[in-house]
Amino acid sequence: MTLTARVIACLDVDAGRVVKGVNFVDVVDAGDPIELASGYGAAGIDELLFLDITASSSDRETTLELVRRSADQVFIPVTVGGGIRSIEDIDALLRAGADKVSINTAAIARPELLREAANRFGSQCIVLSLDARRESDQPSGFGVTTHGGRKSAGLDAVQWAKAAQGYGVGEILLNSMDADGTKSGFDLELIQAVRVAVDVPLIASGGAGVASDFPAAIRAGAQAVLAASIFHFGEVSVSEVKDALKHDSIPVRLPTKLVS
Amino acid sequence: MTPTVAVLDYGFGNVRSAMRAAEHVGTQAILSSDFDTCLNADGLIIPGVGAFAACMKGIDKVRGGSLVDARLIANRPILGICVGMQIMFAQGIEHGIRTNGLAQWPGVVDRLVASIVPHMGWNSVTPPAESTLFAGVESEWFYFVHSYAAQEWLMSDTDGYQRPPSVTWSEYGTPFIAAVENGPLSAVQFHPEKSGDAGLALINNWARTLV
Repeated sequence: MTLTARVIACLDVDAGRVVKGVNFVDVVDAGDPIELASGYGAAGIDELLFLDITASSSDRETTLELVRRSADQVFIPVTVGGGIRSIEDIDALLRAGADKVSINTAAIARPELLREAANRFGSQCIVLSLDARRESDQPSGFGVTTHGGRKSAGLDAVQWAKAAQGYGVGEILLNSMDADGTKSGFDLELIQAVRVAVDVPLIASGGAGVASDFPAAIRAGAQAVLAASIFHFGEVSVSEVKDALKHDSIPVRLPTKLVS
Repeated sequence: MTPTVAVLDYGFGNVRSAMRAAEHVGTQAILSSDFDTCLNADGLIIPGVGAFAACMKGIDKVRGGSLVDARLIANRPILGICVGMQIMFAQGIEHGIRTNGLAQWPGVVDRLVASIVPHMGWNSVTPPAESTLFAGVESEWFYFVHSYAAQEWLMSDTDGYQRPPSVTWSEYGTPFIAAVENGPLSAVQFHPEKSGDAGLALINNWARTLV
């Protein structure tokens, strides 16, 4: 019995549709979220992340409805992130059927939100989403960014990860803004730097290009690996990623197709 | 006749997913905090996430302890999920503070001893051959997300049961109890409602025991 490495598909959602920005600039429509979610479920994905990239207040209900429909049809864990600012936002998403929520900007503005959320809903469902990039003036060499990597938050990424764990987050979604969209592999230095500082699970995100990129991220210390566009556009399949992990002696879940 | 399954609504747990999973396997699911509704349904699912102490407060508010006792006396099946399983043990310890559980089983739910906590993700289990819940999915993976677990089974096989409790183990850092089947009382530490086809098959196995 061994905990398997998780393979996560990220679906960037805008007004009920899945989009993925290359370096967060140009967005391309990659399909219906529920259709994609069901397809990923059947393909053996271990978890789904819905990232609400607009998250304007008028789209809030659209997102909740999408989470409800997804939770009704796809019986695997779903995390929702993007624009979460309050305990009420978290409550609404969890009630809609989300298993976890990922919090980014609002936690930078007010870290106590993480503590309040963890106390109220449990650490297991509170994920810190951390957008990091190389900043030479930070002690670890990595800084925290906001606005999709465009602005510096003036925080050390490793220190922030450590602080967030102290506030009670149960997991960290570690996005490398340097690697994002490059398809040149995960940011192994970033994963290693955060791994040694925290003991909650880490999801490596940003930079995946080919199946063989994934085992390296797990070896660097991540418990889960995440990708978006390469999955959506069929450049790499979930089973190819799992085969690559297995080939590198990393335990994975290979579900038998069951009749239920 | 379609069996009815009440999902206990006491403020904790992903009740929506538990409802849909129960419906998916052909039961009529009802979300309720009403004592009689939950007592009289063919099956009762007790979900639960978060802290043991907080969940016990919620359970007390809906007279969950009496509900569990009343159902078990009447031999009516219960399925506890995650913290809904943990509260069946005698006590939970969080940050050094002990909270009494429903004490259907002896033992303490304590923090997992592992380098990375929570235990989050898909793990395998070792069900005993006589398991009903795991029939056909013995070798599958199930989705866990928890920082605490019962790590010892203290009930003796010869404690006067017609059929000894069936205990399924998993391992994360140390061995812990992944599931217990004890007459009408079943419970799983993982989330079958989030464990894909394997989880649905397990819920289906449970639903087939309902009359």
